[in-house]
Amino acid sequence: MSLARVIERQEILLPARPGFIAATLAAAFLLNLLPWGGVLATLTPDFVAVLLLYWSIHQPRRLGFTPGFLLGLAMDIAEASLFGQHALAYTVLTYGAITLHRRILMFGIRHQVLHVLPLLVVAQLIMLIVRLAAGASFPGMSYFVASLAGAALWPALAVLLQLPQRPRPDPDHAAI
Amino acid sequence: MEHQPPPFFKTGPTALVRLLIFSLLSLTLLVADARFKYLATLRQIAAAIVYPLERLANAPVNAAARVADFFVTQAALKAENARLKERELASATALQQFRSLSSENAQLRELLAVRERLPGQATAAEVLYAARDPFSRKVIIDKGLQEGIRPGQPVVDNIGVIGQVTRVYLWTSEVTLITDKDQAVPVQNLRSGLRGVVFGVGHDGMLDLRFMPVNADIRTGDRLVTSGIDGTYPPGLPVAEVVNIERNAADMFARIAGKPVAGVASHLHVLVLNWERKAPERPPAAEHAPAKRKKPKKGG
Repeated sequence: MSLARVIERQEILLPARPGFIAATLAAAFLLNLLPWGGVLATLTPDFVAVLLLYWSIHQPRRLGFTPGFLLGLAMDIAEASLFGQHALAYTVLTYGAITLHRRILMFGIRHQVLHVLPLLVVAQLIMLIVRLAAGASFPGMSYFVASLAGAALWPALAVLLQLPQRPRPDPDHAAI
Repeated sequence: MEHQPPPFFKTGPTALVRLLIFSLLSLTLLVADARFKYLATLRQIAAAIVYPLERLANAPVNAAARVADFFVTQAALKAENARLKERELASATALQQFRSLSSENAQLRELLAVRERLPGQATAAEVLYAARDPFSRKVIIDKGLQEGIRPGQPVVDNIGVIGQVTRVYLWTSEVTLITDKDQAVPVQNLRSGLRGVVFGVGHDGMLDLRFMPVNADIRTGDRLVTSGIDGTYPPGLPVAEVVNIERNAADMFARIAGKPVAGVASHLHVLVLNWERKAPERPPAAEHAPAKRKKPKKGG
């Protein structure tokens, strides 16, 4: 994809409102809490991780590390996992997103997915290492399906979450 | 990072510094929780904050179930009614036998001066959701400290044992299922009376009867019930059925696989048993013996 095309596609977005960011993160947390059962449980992505990644990439200054850390602790309570496991993974995820956000935003959505997937896998790997160190057994490769699902969610998120930031069409400059 | 802000903009510590701070914080929490179990109070507070969100997330599912209940057809109800009547008839005879047998049993026990072993009070609870954590097998039930649930209580459904309460919050509790890796249940073979310990393996529908000699009297189809010698589970509750036995003379122990009889992964309503055997005082531990007892679930 040529640079000219990338720039051509970009439009200047309004800054995201903090309330909107908080609302989407809360919604993601609720989605994670839904009682997914059986096969669905392995297929559902970690919505909180994907949303944190999205906002850390698009609004790195707004978010910072604290929301990810606190949401991680909340996830640990809800999932009955080790206290601090998700917090650690989300912290590293946020760091990756903040470090890479300029690079990732250069790319089109399809190529962004290729950046998002490894970041999500790394976050899962951290949780895996923590649990293995604590004495759990490897749950099988299907564990990483959640990352794939999260990456697959990315294009839809990129469209949906940008809608409120689109500038309103100005009636004075309407195209004729 | 390819971009460093000029020093005259105050942006706080860099991302790397923050990463280190927050990672250290989470690692401290992890070690404190996994190794020393210090964080009971902190967990309590956090759980109380998360609780309303959990209920909120479960609300649509409950509502959907209620709507589905409302639209049950009359035919389905009639069929269920007929089935229940049939079953009631069958169980009525069993119940009559049970009454006479239990009175007889009570008399015999009194004669033998054996303590009453039947489970006492039980608390009915509803499974809120299965914990998403892929590394363990746990469910969250809707009764907690407020209803007098204590860690260590056995949890059963209408068929048999499903697990044990391992963590109690104000209004909810975590139940570790018997299929969880490391969850151990002392059992007894109903046919031969042989005692053993069943371990979970971390997958649904699989249990492992460990430390049985190769020549142990065990057959496929044997039913394993709790032996009650751990003082945690009341004796006689169905736990598992033996499905596969591998006897290899080279090994010390036979590999015996079982499957849980209770609906370990599918139940919605469970009973938390309030059963406590008043065990005699433990003999004073020897000097070099490990003084601290491990988790109650490891008993037996």
